[in-house]
Amino acid sequence: MPSYQTRIGARIYRFDDLKSVLACASPRRSGDELAGIAAADDETRVAAREVLAGLPLRRFLDEPLVPYEDDEVTRLIVDTHDVPAFAVVAAMTVGEFRDWLLSYAATTEALAALAPGLTPEMVAAVSKLMRNADLIAVAAKCRVVTGFRTTLGLPGCLGARLQPNHPTDDPLGIAAATLDGLLFGMGDAVIGINPAGDSLADTERLLQMLDELRLRFDIPMQSCVLAHITTSLRAIEHGAPVDLVFQSIAGSEKANRGFGVDLALLREGFDAARTLARGSVGDNAMYFETGQGSALSADAHHGVDQQTMEVRAYAVARAFKPLLVNTVVGFIGPEYLYDAKQIIRAGLEDHCCGKLLGLPMGVDVCYTNHAEADQDDMDTLAVALATAGVNFLIAVPGADDVMLNYQSLSYHDVLGLRHLLKLRPAPEFEQWLQRMSLADANGALPPPAQSAVRRLLALDAR
Amino acid sequence: MSDERAIDSARDPFARLRQATRARIALGRAGDALPTRALLDFQLGHSRARDAVHGAVDFDAIAERLPTPSLRIRSQVRDRAEYLRRPDLGRRVHADDLAMFAAGRGAFDLAFVIADGLSAAAVNAHAVALIDACWPRLHGWRLAPLVLGEQARVAFGDEVGAALGARIVAVLIGERPGLSVADSLGVYLTWDPKVGRSDAERNCISNIHADGLSPARAADTLIGLLTAVRRIEGSGVAVKADTAALASLSRGD
Repeated sequence: MPSYQTRIGARIYRFDDLKSVLACASPRRSGDELAGIAAADDETRVAAREVLAGLPLRRFLDEPLVPYEDDEVTRLIVDTHDVPAFAVVAAMTVGEFRDWLLSYAATTEALAALAPGLTPEMVAAVSKLMRNADLIAVAAKCRVVTGFRTTLGLPGCLGARLQPNHPTDDPLGIAAATLDGLLFGMGDAVIGINPAGDSLADTERLLQMLDELRLRFDIPMQSCVLAHITTSLRAIEHGAPVDLVFQSIAGSEKANRGFGVDLALLREGFDAARTLARGSVGDNAMYFETGQGSALSADAHHGVDQQTMEVRAYAVARAFKPLLVNTVVGFIGPEYLYDAKQIIRAGLEDHCCGKLLGLPMGVDVCYTNHAEADQDDMDTLAVALATAGVNFLIAVPGADDVMLNYQSLSYHDVLGLRHLLKLRPAPEFEQWLQRMSLADANGALPPPAQSAVRRLLALDAR
Repeated sequence: MSDERAIDSARDPFARLRQATRARIALGRAGDALPTRALLDFQLGHSRARDAVHGAVDFDAIAERLPTPSLRIRSQVRDRAEYLRRPDLGRRVHADDLAMFAAGRGAFDLAFVIADGLSAAAVNAHAVALIDACWPRLHGWRLAPLVLGEQARVAFGDEVGAALGARIVAVLIGERPGLSVADSLGVYLTWDPKVGRSDAERNCISNIHADGLSPARAADTLIGLLTAVRRIEGSGVAVKADTAALASLSRGD
């Protein structure tokens, strides 16, 4: 039985097991405190990091945090671990791994080659030793390119999910928000609707509307109605125009069961979407959402800290070659991430950890009204993520989602980031924006001419 | 009328589309940013939402206006900051207040709980109106003393309902404020309340506010649901599956 302890001055810090080291090494957050697994004080936190820094990476292969026998996510992680890819870092401790990730040796190519050799637990562990700037710098070196009808994650690009939600799924209301977003160049990652209900009929109606919009304006885009995967499967059976199959996922078998899914069902959705082959430039057809705290809220965290559980969800996503993975970081509420400091940190962790595992990470830069955060804080996180090379961000009209009742980024915010940081939409989408006289030759979108607005709106939904 | 509309849409191409959604569309641009008007509108909405979360329910005033005597019961939460961090404590009755139930305990069909939840504004504005609208229609129901729950979550009603000996608990609670509505009240019904009930075992009426469901209409729905819950002797999925009952409810107003 390995021992986890360190001495700081006269005091000896002992941790019961590996998951206790990880939980205590995590930056302070309300969810781990709610679970009763957080460090009791700040010095204990640093002591845990001391212990963690000295642990060999291999320890995470030898000592699963959630038992192999009990959990299919652990089995997925262990059974698909790529040993040859792991070789380059196999002899390192967690602390040495951090230094290596930041070193010039860890190039974009080296990191891409390493990704299949990393497990979520290794990635979560090293992130706990990284400052926010480290999380940005390492993520910026990762490149994860995926495609469907647009190509996402290319250097110099910043994608946007256009999120035109409506409290009653009113098609005209959704069309209004969609057209407004297109005028800002949003939607190259996906036009994705969270349906207010989960009925098959509503889902099919919305899918049909978005597909008609796509065909009418010949937009290189993919649409998604974020219904439960079983609803999407039935929509596919009915012949509805399903581009992407969506599902919320988490980091343990039990937590996924709380979402009404398991790996077999996800595989079914993956196969169905692939068979449709509706993509033109790529065949990544899954869209996953995750968020720290989801395992704890389902009482399915196995005593593991919420950030490590989150990274385990990325192992689930990785198995299905998604087009998009979105962490809804500030959405879950202050009992998991209390304030802007915790939300900002978690957003940068999720993005970096997902990228290290080879996922096309996007972030919903957001907060609820009972969290200690506001739009100024979202500005900070959005600039940091865009600098870190995030694949896409969520954009809603005026930053106010009138269906889900929370605040994200506005169309304005994402457009402003693109212009500020010289980032562009996905190339196929940018060419369409230029054809519609919305984007200039550099891919920038100045305020549109009335003629361009009328062209898009004249054919609006009736 | 049609002339007016034509003029509007000549000046504002979004004139017609604005009618279709409360979403903040076609706000204009100051460079790439929000124009000042839209910026301040947003901040006003957010300030109201935050004030609703951090405000206090005036339980004294509510107690005076209620048609029946009430018990004032605290959760185990000490303050708002703890309320937000520790949902587990907001679900449980304060140990010192448990004794207050002894006097009120009986064989009741229904217990009402008014809980602050996440919007003091919602409870201050709509809770008494909803109780008033329900009260005359509950003849024949054995009603427990009404409980005013401080720093309380939905599941607080489970322990309260069990302690009072009620077969159904109805928790009126301030919903998490959105940017456009900060004073929305919700009602959660639970059959056979006891600690450990899950959300799947509840039925919910939400969006009770000036621009949503009126207290009178909410009372119609609530009475219908209560009747269904009592008949089925279950709540949550059991009632949702009873589509006939729900259909008659939605047409009930």
